[in-house]
Amino acid sequence: MSTVLEEKTLEHAGGASVVNDFSIHVATANGSGSMSSNNVLMRAIFQMGIPVSGKNLFPSNIQGLPTWFTIRASREGFIARRRKIGFLICMNPETVHEDIRTVHPGAAVICEESLNLTSSRSDVHFYPVPFQKLVLELVHDGKLRRLAVNMIYVGVAAWLLDIDMEEIRKAVVRQFKSKEKAVEINWNAIRGGYDWAQKNLTKKDPYRLERMNATAGKIIIDGNAAAAIGCVMGGMTVLAWYPITPSSSLAESVMDYAHRFRMDPVTGKPTFAIVQAEDELAAAGMVMGAGWAGARAMTTTSGPGISLMSEFVGLGYYAEVPAVIIDVQRVGPSTGLPTRTMQGDILSTYFLSHGDAKHILLIPGSVEECYSLAMEAFDLAERLQTPVFLMTDLDLGMNNWMADPFPYPEKPADRGKVIRTEEELKDHIRKFREFARYRDVDGDAIPYRTLPGLIDNPAATYFTRGSGHSERATYTERPEEYKANMDRLARKFETARRFVPKPVVSNGSGSRVGVIAYGSSDFPVEEARVLLARKGLQTDYLRLRALPASDDVPAFLASHDRVYVVDQNRDGQMYDVLRLELPADALKLRSIRHYDGFPLDAETVVEGIEVGEKN
Amino acid sequence: MSSVAEPKALPTNRVGLTVKEYGGLKSTLCVGCGHDVITRQITQAFYDMGVEPYRVAKMSGIGCSSKTTAYFADRGHGFNAVHGRMPAVATGAVLANSTLLAIGVSGDGDTASIGAGQFVHLLRRNVPMIYIVENNGVYGLTKGQFSATADLGSKLKTGVVNDLPAIDLCALAIELGCAYVARSFSGDMKQLLALLKGAIAHRGTALLDVISPCVTFNNHEDSTKSYKWAKDHEMPIQEIDFIPYFDEITVDYDPGTTRDIALHDGSHIRLKKLKEDYDPTNKHAAFNLLHEAREKNEFLTGLVYVEPQKKDFVALLGLTDEPLATLPLDRVRPGREALARMMEELR
Repeated sequence: MSTVLEEKTLEHAGGASVVNDFSIHVATANGSGSMSSNNVLMRAIFQMGIPVSGKNLFPSNIQGLPTWFTIRASREGFIARRRKIGFLICMNPETVHEDIRTVHPGAAVICEESLNLTSSRSDVHFYPVPFQKLVLELVHDGKLRRLAVNMIYVGVAAWLLDIDMEEIRKAVVRQFKSKEKAVEINWNAIRGGYDWAQKNLTKKDPYRLERMNATAGKIIIDGNAAAAIGCVMGGMTVLAWYPITPSSSLAESVMDYAHRFRMDPVTGKPTFAIVQAEDELAAAGMVMGAGWAGARAMTTTSGPGISLMSEFVGLGYYAEVPAVIIDVQRVGPSTGLPTRTMQGDILSTYFLSHGDAKHILLIPGSVEECYSLAMEAFDLAERLQTPVFLMTDLDLGMNNWMADPFPYPEKPADRGKVIRTEEELKDHIRKFREFARYRDVDGDAIPYRTLPGLIDNPAATYFTRGSGHSERATYTERPEEYKANMDRLARKFETARRFVPKPVVSNGSGSRVGVIAYGSSDFPVEEARVLLARKGLQTDYLRLRALPASDDVPAFLASHDRVYVVDQNRDGQMYDVLRLELPADALKLRSIRHYDGFPLDAETVVEGIEVGEKN
Repeated sequence: MSSVAEPKALPTNRVGLTVKEYGGLKSTLCVGCGHDVITRQITQAFYDMGVEPYRVAKMSGIGCSSKTTAYFADRGHGFNAVHGRMPAVATGAVLANSTLLAIGVSGDGDTASIGAGQFVHLLRRNVPMIYIVENNGVYGLTKGQFSATADLGSKLKTGVVNDLPAIDLCALAIELGCAYVARSFSGDMKQLLALLKGAIAHRGTALLDVISPCVTFNNHEDSTKSYKWAKDHEMPIQEIDFIPYFDEITVDYDPGTTRDIALHDGSHIRLKKLKEDYDPTNKHAAFNLLHEAREKNEFLTGLVYVEPQKKDFVALLGLTDEPLATLPLDRVRPGREALARMMEELR
């Protein structure tokens, strides 16, 4: 290895190397098995101690359509998407011309030799590789060639980028676990690609990777798996769900983790019920029934499912039933880019239902928060007796993120105001004369509830209905009773404002310019702030982690002249919510909107703020 | 002679409650509504069976029938959910607490139209609950539109004729694996009571499709869901007696004319055959019976199909015996070493 490295460094003495700061873009067709190769590549870089992220840009299809995987290595730890691609691997003849056309000058391009592409651009470094010929030599089993050809580019890239082959080997073993034969076949293909590159290629581009020590102890995980761990640790007992991209893998991860870690220590039986429902209407209904009967009940879905759940969510708001609804947001209805990311459901979910309704939205900005806020969602749902939404998105949910290992929850679960036993009921009646399901006896607008089937006492039961009920849960159409209940629900929402996770505020730059962002926008916004600071523009930053917004938000607005609200949607949905809720300072708000289906990148934020500051 | 009569104490059942203590709010339905008769039989069945009312979960959707869960078993919890979606809510409640006795009351609109999807999947899962359809072929609460169980050719008061075929809920239920399928008539109180008791003893979804005339919108002479038509045409397939597990079987019966079916909890349903020899444990026979009745325009009532040993959804999922809703934190939160293992796999 060392001699090879020296040779290449010498050859490259003329141009400056770009070390540990570029994106590798792999273009393939979906269903070609490239996911394993890309994982090996990403893992090996991670194991070299270099901060890394992996994004899968995939179509709504099972086999044959173009797919891209982007690995960003960043010595500074920036893991957002980047527009500029330094290193391109073209494995899909369908998109090869478009892929090469869009790459930046100076980029490295690995492509199939027989396609004769080297003359298509003069400002990039081509590395033609005879993949089809090599795979015939390296892989003897004809059936495996289609998959194993992708391992050859791993080997070629490893040589060109100086990826440690020992780390590649480890990543292959990890990828294929104990399947020895698969390990050997894939390793041979990688090794073959590496050897061929060493013998036949001359390094011309500046991109290189060098061992660091910035990933020790870290994990790589996608947001869906992280949220799933949060649900399993958070004591979820009923999950009802309907398959929908990009949330299906969340429910499937819950299933996987629950079956491994949630069997009852006492009886060996499952301490959870998981039901694949017939649709999202039913999923929401099951969650309502289970939450009403005392389970920690949840569902996972995406925008179209949220629309279908609307009526039940409204009922949950009025009947005050705890529920956790995880919305992994994506683009549009029907076939409207279902596999692309968007912060598309902020407005519709915040006000979901007919009638007057407002909901609690928790918005994780990292995989760690997918984990911790999933747990917190159960606590808040039971504390506040209402549906609570965890709003993640496809970028956070389905892509690979580096993180510190998740800490064990030290707080006990908050099961809220539930009268569970005869004694508790008697205490309650002594204190408050009677149990009235919807009476605010504590002054926080949160009433007490009982659960069906627990207390053999008629004083404990009540009848659950929609909006028309009195304090004592009897049916009413009286204006004053209906209004009193509506006003209490509004006060309960003010209580929620104090309970939900506070925003993360970075103040103190002394700047009059602020940025408000949320969810997966955090990574590009943090990067953009560094880029802007390098250009001399300091910014303060408030990252929202929940709606309703806490008092920190008006305080942030008060202390800045211009505040840029970053949304990953066309209409500036969070910008609109903030203007609506904070009219006094609404004129200070400006909107930066990103909505092309790709994850947000730092350049978009930089450009948005720079343009805004010029005007 | 002039002394005031002592109020006679009402008799109590095996859990020490009077039949009154199984009652609920006063009905607000139209006078003479078939649904109120069914409510009374539910009340009576709960009393006779000694059901602990606090364990009862009364589930309903939207419609006249769905209002009736407020009219019985006040000592239980009730949930008036959204239109057609009671099955999902009931499923969730039963999963959260499998010790509940769930009883759903629905109508033909709530079940066969807006709720058809959920009804189908409830049956397919065999969720343990009693599911009563108070079937009158018409939307009452929205003032008299046809429902999907209205018979072909049936006429509304306004003269509108139904030209679409009726959905046969019993046939649908058998097809979907329901293991307790009965049809009855709110005017046949004895039969209805026995079928309800059987439904309480059965484990799994027990479907009772009960013709329950709407006196306001569908009780005229051209209606096949009117009292008169039902009374004139009802043909019980058996005479039904119910012997609860806590009663000794004392009366002899003639095995030639009577058949006993043992239910899950040890109770028995005793069927005395009337005309032909009908075996309600034979699925094919059940289909034939229903199809022939439809062709001949007959109104058959009784226990159409029963499969007492079929596993219900809770048993299929193999849940812990203790309700999920009351499991303490240490049984639903994995320990530190478990989280450490999850993290190790991701390094």
